[in-house]
Formats: sequence, C-alpha cells, structure tokens
Amino acid sequence: MTEILERRACLTGMGQSDVGRRLGQDPLGLTLDACIAAIDDAGLSRDDIDGVATYPGAMGGQPGFSGAGVPEVQDALRLKLNWFTGGMELPGQLGSVINACLAVACGLARHVLCFRSVWESTAQGKGRRQGIGLGGEGGGAGFRADGSMLGFTLPFRAYSAVNWIAMNAQRHFHVYGTTREQLAQIALNARKNAGLNPKAVYRDPMTMDDYFAARMISTPFCLFDCDAPVDGGTAVIVSAVDAAKDCRRPPIRVEAVGSALRGRPSWDQFDDLTSMALRDAGAMLWERTDLKPSDVDVAELYDGFSFITLAWIEALGFCGKGEGGPFIEGGKRIALDGEIPVNTHGGQLSAGRLHGYGFIHEACVQLWGEGGERQVPGNPQVAVAAAGGGPLGGCLLLTRA
Amino acid sequence: MSDKPFRVLPRVTPLNEHFWRGGADGELRFLRCQDDGTYVHPPAPICPECLGKNVSPEAVSGRATVQTYTLNHQQWVPAPDHPYCIAIVELEEQSGLRLMTNIVNCPAEDVRIGMAVKVLFEEYEDVFIPVFEPAGGAS
Repeated sequence: MTEILERRACLTGMGQSDVGRRLGQDPLGLTLDACIAAIDDAGLSRDDIDGVATYPGAMGGQPGFSGAGVPEVQDALRLKLNWFTGGMELPGQLGSVINACLAVACGLARHVLCFRSVWESTAQGKGRRQGIGLGGEGGGAGFRADGSMLGFTLPFRAYSAVNWIAMNAQRHFHVYGTTREQLAQIALNARKNAGLNPKAVYRDPMTMDDYFAARMISTPFCLFDCDAPVDGGTAVIVSAVDAAKDCRRPPIRVEAVGSALRGRPSWDQFDDLTSMALRDAGAMLWERTDLKPSDVDVAELYDGFSFITLAWIEALGFCGKGEGGPFIEGGKRIALDGEIPVNTHGGQLSAGRLHGYGFIHEACVQLWGEGGERQVPGNPQVAVAAAGGGPLGGCLLLTRA
Repeated sequence: MSDKPFRVLPRVTPLNEHFWRGGADGELRFLRCQDDGTYVHPPAPICPECLGKNVSPEAVSGRATVQTYTLNHQQWVPAPDHPYCIAIVELEEQSGLRLMTNIVNCPAEDVRIGMAVKVLFEEYEDVFIPVFEPAGGAS
C-alpha cells in the first residue's frame, strides 16, 4: 500500500475564544484569541508558526459568516509564513485542516495554525436569521441570483440550507421510515451534553415535549433541529510528526482523512437524495485505514441541522445505510456513556455554531482527557471529527499517539 | 393562485436563457446532447456523457414526479405568505433530470413524494419561473 501521507501530520494544540450569543466583540479579536490560545497550548511561539489555513477566508456572504481571513491573522501576529491557504471550495470546513495536514506531510510547513471564526450572532442579531445569498437588500433592488447553486435555488424561494437539507431528511423519512421522534435524539443528546459544557450557549434541559412544541422552520425541521448562531473563534495547530517533539502535549495522530466527493457537487443533483457528499468522505476515510468504525471511542459529527449528524452516523458506518433512525432511537447509543458518544460538547445545536471547527476542537478535548464533567469514560483513544453537509463534507480519524 | 409571491429572480445568461425564458412559449427546456440524447442540467456547454459540444435546448413534456419536498414556515423575505412548498422533481424524460421548484395550486400539506406533477410558469419581468402543480389538476 502506498504511504498514507496524512499520518505525517498530528494535532499539537487547540484554542478557543469566548463563545456566546451577541458578544459584541471585534471578530478579528475573537479570532486572535483562539489563535494565540492554540499556539500557547501547543507550547509553541508565533515564531514557530510557518503555515496558516482557514475556512472560508475573509469572504462576504451572509453577515458574520467569517470573522477573519489569512491576511488579517498573519498581519496581526506578524507571522512569517512558508505556506498558507484560505477559501471555501473545499471538502467542508475541516477541508482547511486536511490541507494543513498535506502541507506538513509535504514539508511545506512544520506548524500550521488552522482557524475558523464566526460572529453571526452579533452580525444578524438585529433581525431574524438570514437566508443565504439574498444580497444586502434582502433580495430587492434588482439583485439577481447567479451560479449553479444559488441560481437554481433562490428563484424557488429556497433561501437557506435549512430548506435544502430538510428535503434530504424528508426523502430519508420516506425511504427508510425515519421519524421526527428519532431525529429528536440528536437535539436532545446535544442539549444533555451541553449541560455539562460551561461554554455551551444553551444548557437548560430539553425534553421530547419541548422538541415537539418548538415552531416549525422547514418540515421536518423545527427550531431545535437548527444550529444556534454564535460569536466565537476556534483554532488548532497541525504539526509535522517530527516537529511535534517540540510541543508541550502528546500529539494526536491523524490516522486518515476523508475528502471525497464522487457524486455531483450540488444540493439537489446529488445522486442519492437521502445522503450527501459526506457519504463519499466517510467511505474514503475507511479506505485509508485498518481501523474500523467499532474502534471509534467518540464521534464529533456536524449538526448544522440534526439530520446531518444522522447522515454522518450512517456514512461513517456506525450503523447501516438507512438504519440511522432506529440506531439513535431512545438516545442511549449516542450518549456520553453509550457505545458511540456523539457531540459530547453539545454540538452546534446547543454549544453554538462554530461551524465545523467546534467538532475537531472537541475531539482533541476528549482525546487529551480534558472534558471535565463531559469527559467520555474509559480514556478514549480514537475519535472522528466530521464537518459539512450538502455538497461539502470532510472528516478526520484521530488517535492518541 | 392569482397573487404571485416575492421571488429572487435568476440572472439570465446565454447558457441558461432557454431555461428561464422557455416559459414565454409555454415550454420547459433543457440543454440536450444532439449526439447521444442526454439532457444536461444545470446547463453546461458540453454533454456529461460523451463530452461533445453538440448540445442545444429542447422542450420536455413538463411531466414530473416529486422526489422530495419541504414546507417552508420561516419568513425569509418581507412578504409573508408561508408555509409554501419547495420540492425537487424529476422529469419523466430521464432518470436524474431534476430541478428544485415549487409545488403550487394545491394545499402545501397535500404534497407527497411520488406525486405526479406538471409544469406551469410564473412570469416575472423578463423570466418565467417553472413551478409544478398536481398532474390531475387542482385538488
């Protein structure tokens, strides 16, 4: 077998800013808080950082979607870089971390600062949550939808990923008999875990009755199937394995990554409407390792909408295709003390929408044994961090050294 | 359905004009490979099967089946008229020839996967938005 090059990469530090609703802080400041914390956590100084990777870069889009791009962070920290990347045409938000793994594997950098920051709560806090790509005038003033994605969704009044993903969920319900009561377990599990996470934004207990009493957003999704916009920055340090000896912590090894997109890159043209790109990313991950899904001790799986977590559970082989509903029913299997603990920090549904990076951060927390009240028992050795939905999906299999 | 809802309109380009303006003639049009018959959507200047450039617009029947749908309850734009139905339908001409659309002229709650639907058009400025209604007529 050819060398699995991502195994030359490891994670050596993690950092996170304050996380909250409408913090009103400068988004670059939040970003830098996370970056500096991650560099310190790794036992490095900024002079050691020779690479930077981020998603999605300093782009526009809906307000608050990006807290900073590479140039702002590089300049604020006066970094001297050999390699950097920022953008959103990637296999999901963690595609930026995968890029960093490749950079250190190829010797282009030794320590890469990877970050993602958002300030959607403050930026959108004056009004209701916004749709995607409606433009500054809410779709008025002659704004026209363009491109293969928005050009064929917005004219049909499908303004948000909640509409697009809801149709995947509805098809899954139809084909496999999945129910809202089953899907609710993703939200209930997240809330239960968030209660043990001091940084989570929603920590009050949630019952099944609460779930069914919530207002509908886009069937079959109610409010509690949708993640909660927050302000916050998250960062991790990806280091070359041979450079990690300089670091404070025992490194977390990258066993394999999944970055595949073998179906059409589209919300509505993907071949299997009960799945998404993450089907291919999950399959690729297991093609690159001898480990099996049963070896995974903790799974941090993207939940921009609850159904995405269920789809990742299937895509990563924790259950069979279409069996996700019965698998999560009752919630025991995915609980902190279950056979595969999921979203141990509360996910984006209850801990806040840190947009992908919250999951790799929490995977590190768990593997380094720093989960406190929410620590998965039994000294977990293997974790999956997965992010993205629709045509975006990427994942990493991480192990203790 | 006399009142048309607010819509963000598409930017019309030479590549997609057949799709957004076919409704002026009551026709739903897709690019089709003139060599192997493959329909291409969203529009691209080559056939995804043979990679040939001999693609040109052709009308389809407008008959389709609902593959999946959602009832949107959230108010995204100033004019509230929700809930309304967003769906993905597949045209009968080709497996996988799909588009996102709206199901109209029936109660949103009555939409089902597998429902037979047919195209109609809503005219806005210089475009004709293809939406679908139950093939059996208004229910």
